[in-house]
Amino acid sequence: MKYKDYYAVLGIARDASADEIKTSYRRLARKYHPDVSKEKDAEEKFKEMAEAYETLKDPEKRAAYDQLGSHTPGQDFRPPPDWGQHFAQGRGGFDDVDLADLFAGLSGQRGRAGGRRADHPLPGSDYEAVVRLTFDQAFHGTEVDLELSALEWDPDGGMRRVPHRVKTRIPRGVSDGEKLRVPGKGGKGVNGGPDGDLYLDIDVEAHPLYRMSGRDLYVDLPLAPWESVLGTNVNLPTPGGTVALKVPAGTRAGQHLRLSGRGIARGSGAAGNLYAIVRIEVQSVLDDRQRALYKELSEISNFNPRAQLEQEAAR
Amino acid sequence: MIAPADDAVRLDSVTEITWTQLVSASGLPEDELRELVRYGALVPRDPDAPAWTFESRWLVVARTASRLRHDFELDPHGLCVVLGFVERIERLEAEVRALRALLG
Repeated sequence: MKYKDYYAVLGIARDASADEIKTSYRRLARKYHPDVSKEKDAEEKFKEMAEAYETLKDPEKRAAYDQLGSHTPGQDFRPPPDWGQHFAQGRGGFDDVDLADLFAGLSGQRGRAGGRRADHPLPGSDYEAVVRLTFDQAFHGTEVDLELSALEWDPDGGMRRVPHRVKTRIPRGVSDGEKLRVPGKGGKGVNGGPDGDLYLDIDVEAHPLYRMSGRDLYVDLPLAPWESVLGTNVNLPTPGGTVALKVPAGTRAGQHLRLSGRGIARGSGAAGNLYAIVRIEVQSVLDDRQRALYKELSEISNFNPRAQLEQEAAR
Repeated sequence: MIAPADDAVRLDSVTEITWTQLVSASGLPEDELRELVRYGALVPRDPDAPAWTFESRWLVVARTASRLRHDFELDPHGLCVVLGFVERIERLEAEVRALRALLG
């Protein structure tokens, strides 16, 4: 098992008072709590400090932790031989758990000894997992196979890590940051208690072309100046397949051309729209003939895109 | 034998959950959850109905509440204030995402 220095995680001395422990935890939690923080690695950091606080705020667990001795963080260590007799009610091996599991086990034992009958039904824990999807998987829906590591009670009252494999269907049209629930796929209930649920945090990779906003999709449509003036037909890729898009004559930069129903479909509701946003691209290098044609156009055209600005300037 | 895949269920404004399901899945004691409803942090479909039902998206809010309650040791009133800020942040983030999608 790897040693973690809970005091160092909270930035306090080993003889810190209960008040100092609480203050330090609150100060750090304010900065790193994943619900309120956008700091890099906030979730990971918060997990570490919450684990440290859960142990150090409880005098009994803190004493048990102190009895493990002081080691270098990350160093492999084993609890002293009599540690299990004092704190883990004679529990034997510690190979398949980490430090957090060990102390979660202590809480569990106390909870069980706290007046609940041994056969009292207990619900299973809820699990959370992040599911990373490509844009196409999110758009069309997919099936994912999740390999989780679950903490379970063993018959002698200790805890152990067991592999927990869940195969689940992700519905079409999920968006980045969305949460899904897989009922009954969390930890096993004990003594007939219901199984916990599995919660999935959806993380969708950005697509090089399409941008999501609710049920709508946006894609940039680059046009040459003469295409925007004269109109054109474009084969536009969409997640559902290529679509022939007619760009009308006189299309301006920034204009949204709507492809109805080509956005994201969710459940049985109507799909959103796909919007092609017009960008007018200009060549930076021209040959002599092209330059001459542009020059001729500038001489014969009476189009003035700055008429309004000029009127204002003349006031 | 390969186990069949289970459906992941959306937590949205379409699917519905009962009060009992919300209590059981939130991780908060029923009386505290009831206080969150009283303060308007959770909104039943029909507050006057004899048995409350909720859009399932409220489960995400209730679980966030449970996490914040535990991690910051908040009372229900403080929790409601923080949930209000979290909701506001999420709304602003959604607006930023929408604008980014629009602007490219």
